[in-house]
Amino acid sequence: MLFTDLAFTLSPGDLLYVTGENGAGKSSLLRILAGLLTPEDGEVLWDGADIRGHGVQYRQSLLFLSHLNGLKDDLSVAENLSFAVRLTEGSVQPERIAQALNAVNLQPYLNERVGGLSQGQRRRVTLARLWLSRARVWLLDEPFVALDAASVEILKGRILQHLQDGGMTVLTTHQEVAIPAERVHRLKIA
Amino acid sequence: MTGINWFKYAAPQTFFHLSGKWIPVLGWIAFFLAIAGLYIGFFIAPTDFQQGEAYRIIFIHVPAAWMSMVIYLAMAFWAAIGLVFNTRLSAMMALALAPTGALFTALALITGSFWGKPTWGTWWVWDARLTSELILLFLYVGFIALHASIDNPQRADRAAAIIAIVGALNVPIIYFSVQWWNTLHQGASINVASAPKMAVTMLIGMLVMTLASWAYSVAVALFRVRCIILERERHAAWVNDLKEVKS
Amino acid sequence: MMAIFFAVLQRDLRLAWRKPAEAATGVMFFIIVASLFPLAVNPDPVVLRGFAPGVLWVSVLLACLLSLPRVFALDYVDGALEQIMIAPQPLSLIVLAKVAAHWLTATLPIVLLSPLLGMLYGLDSHGLIVLAGSLLLGTPTLSLLGGIGAALTLGARGGGVLLSVLVLPLYIPVLIFGAGAVVASQAGLGVQAHFSLLGACFLLSFVLAPWAIAAALKIVME
Repeated sequence: MLFTDLAFTLSPGDLLYVTGENGAGKSSLLRILAGLLTPEDGEVLWDGADIRGHGVQYRQSLLFLSHLNGLKDDLSVAENLSFAVRLTEGSVQPERIAQALNAVNLQPYLNERVGGLSQGQRRRVTLARLWLSRARVWLLDEPFVALDAASVEILKGRILQHLQDGGMTVLTTHQEVAIPAERVHRLKIA
Repeated sequence: MTGINWFKYAAPQTFFHLSGKWIPVLGWIAFFLAIAGLYIGFFIAPTDFQQGEAYRIIFIHVPAAWMSMVIYLAMAFWAAIGLVFNTRLSAMMALALAPTGALFTALALITGSFWGKPTWGTWWVWDARLTSELILLFLYVGFIALHASIDNPQRADRAAAIIAIVGALNVPIIYFSVQWWNTLHQGASINVASAPKMAVTMLIGMLVMTLASWAYSVAVALFRVRCIILERERHAAWVNDLKEVKS
Repeated sequence: MMAIFFAVLQRDLRLAWRKPAEAATGVMFFIIVASLFPLAVNPDPVVLRGFAPGVLWVSVLLACLLSLPRVFALDYVDGALEQIMIAPQPLSLIVLAKVAAHWLTATLPIVLLSPLLGMLYGLDSHGLIVLAGSLLLGTPTLSLLGGIGAALTLGARGGGVLLSVLVLPLYIPVLIFGAGAVVASQAGLGVQAHFSLLGACFLLSFVLAPWAIAAALKIVME
């Protein structure tokens, strides 16, 4: 049993920080919100309906980046990203992928194989999906880990823009990264 | 509608106390029926004019073979119920039935080969029934091995349920294929189960032994479910309040 | 909806194409296992021809089994599988694409090579055609059933051996009908019944297995 008595509601524009010790269950909470894990008790509602019953509509509005990058070493950066978008949104124009890579300063690596990239670069490839996504709910597990200061700023800017566009973001973090959003909630898991 | 809340009995706590009362009853029923069945089988039933005394092993072999199949289906049934309705007790039932089913399958194989030695002159023949029993044993082993290799009990229950259901759907296909293969390769051989012109006493003996096996299986499965309940609910207050646990 | 099927198929085929050594290892395994039997038993042509159907079918079965963990294990480790599972697309369709890719890359090369091995075992031309045909019709069932085992053993202890224990008993009907077809053709009998039964097995597993694999993946990802 990781946690009990946990309840919160997110509205468009809301940012939720989930903090807590290592092993407190931050990642498990995100996996429950993503629908990968079934809670022992309780439910996750989307537009008032349980996500287990109305999974498709919810998953169409969902982007979940876990601590695993989910990238294939033997595919190029562009191939990896285009597959990720095809999984959620159908087709994607190549220009949009180039723009997204531009945003995370990886444009020269468009056709490189992911296997040749460093850990930080891989993380940025994964984060480039934030520029390709039209999802309303972002679940980000430790998005700032393994990023240099410049990339952290870029990422903060993207999350802020998403919130201003009416999106919602839940992110786990162990170091507070201040995002100047209007509505910020904090949830500490003991 | 009667108003009985059936789900009340599905709560592990209620079930634990209820099954505690039933196990001794079923155990004694199994014991006395087995004594009676063996007595009929070994002393009253007439000697078979073709096979002599060796045929008497069917009083153990046939009930064991029946039980091995019935228990597999029961196991798959409970596993499916547990998977669909997410009832904890059903999954425990499936897990508790597996070792008993495997035991009866092994018993059917061993007694089959005991019968084979004097009748066919060899311990093992690739007879359709024996081969099917062997494959059934493999299916039991797969279920038990998969459950044992996953640490989280709930996940183990659910994963093992899938293989039990897939196995149950496959059992008829496997039986058919083995039967088919057997007729192509060997032609008709004497089957263990089809002793020609069975005397009434033989039939009664076999029936009594089958009932004994049923009572035994249910008793042992209930006993095992109780162990599983204690293990999984060891943190629950009611388990710690049991007088067996307190002393 | 079929777009996602082809997207997953294309991705997995591309991945396999970029690591050709993996598929080649499976093919080599098949050739080596199949050539052990004449050494272990008897190289006499009459004897060889007698046990060729069984030996070749069992060798294909083992080679197929060996490659099964690859269907999901890599995606499981690097997190690609969880991205697939939270996609709004139907999971059973994605899973079917992955199994199809596995069959095309790991098993089809072995099926195509089997007549060559059959020649080494002295099968006549009719026997070779029946061998390849029975494998072509039977091996997709092996991949579908094996996918269930591959999904269930993700993250379980003793993965590979456990997978064999789970899956091999389920393979028995396909083995009986497939090898039986070659035996029947050698005896000059018709093989239509065998092929019909292999086809029935395929249809049944094609309808049920993707659903079972999807359910299994949901359980093991918890």
